[in-house]
Amino acid sequence: MEGKARPWGVKINSSWCKRCGLCVAFCPRGVLRLDDEGKPVVADIARCTGCLLCEMHCPDFAIAVKRSEQGGRVKTQAVSGK
Amino acid sequence: MAGSRPRLFQGNEACVEGAIAAGMRFFAGYPITPSTEIAELCSVRLPQVGGTFIQMEDEIASMAAICGASLAGVKAMTATSGPGFSLKQENIGFAAEAEIPCVIVNVQRVGPSTGMPTSPAQGDLMQARWGRHGDQDIVALSPAYVEEVYFLTVEAFNISEELRTPVILLMDEVVGHLREKVTLPGPGDIVIKDRKKPAPGSRYLPYAPMEGEDGDIPPLGAFGDGFRFHVTGLTHGPDGFPTNDPGVGEPQIKRINSKISSRREKLCKAEELFTEDADVLVVSFGSSARSAKKAVKDLRAMGVRAGLLRLITVWPFPDHLIQRIAAQDLKAVVVPEMNLGQLAREVRRCLDGRATVIGVNRVAGRLIEPADIIRAVQGVT
Amino acid sequence: MGSDLTKYLRVEKLPHIWCAGCGHGIVTRAIVKAIDELGLDPVKVTVISGIGCSSRAPGYMNFDTLHTTHGRAIAFATGVKLARPELKVIVITGDGDAAAIGGNHLIHAARRNIDLTVICYNNTIYGMTSGQYSPVTPLGSFASTAPYGMVERPFDLCELVMGAGGTFVARSTTYHARHLTNVIKQAIQHKGFSFVDAFSQCPTYFGRRNNLREALAMLNWYKENAVSREDWAKIPPTERGSKFPIGVFKDEEAPEYCESYRKVIEKAMKEGDAK
Repeated sequence: MEGKARPWGVKINSSWCKRCGLCVAFCPRGVLRLDDEGKPVVADIARCTGCLLCEMHCPDFAIAVKRSEQGGRVKTQAVSGK
Repeated sequence: MAGSRPRLFQGNEACVEGAIAAGMRFFAGYPITPSTEIAELCSVRLPQVGGTFIQMEDEIASMAAICGASLAGVKAMTATSGPGFSLKQENIGFAAEAEIPCVIVNVQRVGPSTGMPTSPAQGDLMQARWGRHGDQDIVALSPAYVEEVYFLTVEAFNISEELRTPVILLMDEVVGHLREKVTLPGPGDIVIKDRKKPAPGSRYLPYAPMEGEDGDIPPLGAFGDGFRFHVTGLTHGPDGFPTNDPGVGEPQIKRINSKISSRREKLCKAEELFTEDADVLVVSFGSSARSAKKAVKDLRAMGVRAGLLRLITVWPFPDHLIQRIAAQDLKAVVVPEMNLGQLAREVRRCLDGRATVIGVNRVAGRLIEPADIIRAVQGVT
Repeated sequence: MGSDLTKYLRVEKLPHIWCAGCGHGIVTRAIVKAIDELGLDPVKVTVISGIGCSSRAPGYMNFDTLHTTHGRAIAFATGVKLARPELKVIVITGDGDAAAIGGNHLIHAARRNIDLTVICYNNTIYGMTSGQYSPVTPLGSFASTAPYGMVERPFDLCELVMGAGGTFVARSTTYHARHLTNVIKQAIQHKGFSFVDAFSQCPTYFGRRNNLREALAMLNWYKENAVSREDWAKIPPTERGSKFPIGVFKDEEAPEYCESYRKVIEKAMKEGDAK
């Protein structure tokens, strides 16, 4: 193993999300939860192991799991659909 | 450069040689009488020039494959006859909507349905024009002589490339199977036209009209050349992506029609004989026009002022030519054709009551003879 | 989807038109992930589709893309591939598109062993037209045109393509997304006709009529019923019930069509020179 790996970050593009909830259902560690609108938000990034199950089961291309740039920063991005 | 020594060619063979001269390097087809020789000859000739022949699993697939090959940048053709032409219609419509240059040869035989596979007919005139759903103007050329088959096949490719549109070569069994003396032109004796290509590295909008001459025909990139563009049969905008916006869709649909209709006079080729002082006009096309020509000459010898208008371009329809001749007070217009009056209907539309139209029609494989036409003309003079 | 993958998408066209919970986005991600992992030059990838929900995928994918007529994608793709054999040509189709209206093209492309990768987004229903039965709708299940339950026997598309001569045949599901990506990678790398039967849930039109209203319920159904090829062989046919095998069923070498035709060209040109 190399030095201590940076923590994971989960980026959610809520403008592409169609609220199917699969990401929350697939996360084995309870990292994500659904907000009042039924869209995912990060509840506990520290528990993320980077398994990518949420990203690869998201039918809307709306989730990106990556090593975080600085610390476990979490973004919920609203990208315009142009 | 001098051409080859005259050689005996079959019409279907002249079509293949014309296509190769025009730059065709892909042919997909399916066996069907009386066009099969075109596929057979392509299977021999294309690999000799580095091209590709494939016998597809059906007529529909053949039409699809030539669209694919053309989008990959290779000039492509298919050939068929009535029943196969019916099957190809949906994908011809796709080529029209997606503006894919290609050539479809239809060697007409007797219909409806399986009809008489080995007998000539001209019953697909209207199908060539109206066989598909939705509005789309189409170009169709109809040769009457074997040598003309060669040159019109070249012309069909040139028009398809210049206008980014499918072009139909509407032959018939007589012209397809007839053997006549042909002098092939030498290399450089024929003009070959290629599609406009987008500038490399530019942001490519495959359906965006541009400024300037022929700006209504956007350039066409080839798959694999780096443009990463989208092609769809859905009504689309300038970028090629589907739209439900009538404000975007309507100009696109109108453009694929007007790019042909606005060039009617340039596209319409015809042969005229004794039309300048004719009081009876014979209008025909394809092999029936051969009998018409003989009839008009014989009538002139008898002192009848007959004239011939042989349509070489059948679509777009040469309204302007018929109307010009009709301005000289015709007693009647006689229309020989191997169908029940498809051409006559168009002629009548152009004349708008200015002259009587008399059809000379045969539909079960028997050719129209000059005597049939002479009788019809004598009936009105 | 990571930014390394969104570069393969036409992000300005998103969000997509598919329903909430539709599996087609999962399969589409698996395809671009496979392309990414293989390091293919995106300029040399062409994606071609027919008509239906599945066939909208290429519109979101940033390659040369061609959305053709219903059932005919493989025939268009045959023309593209023969005209430019250096291109990686991927066909995206659905079960109705590939197996009903386009069935003839599917079997003949497999027979020729032309180097195309066909990925069938198999949701066992016509989604775009709101839920009619397809040639793979399971016996007894309900569709808008099977209101009393399906009475036609379904195709097993993998068996069909293997029978027709396809040289790489595999199946996976949207539940098994990582496995799906891997079999797509293998399919793309395979020289010859490759086929991936990608089970993809349609909660809206299949699920709703068949007690699987939620996408998650459908994915769990895949999880519970999918078995490996090895395990499948051990289950007596009478006890298989709704279970189905996943994995790579066939991976064989055979002469590839474009290469065979290239030899035809060489032969014809040589004979032409000799004359």
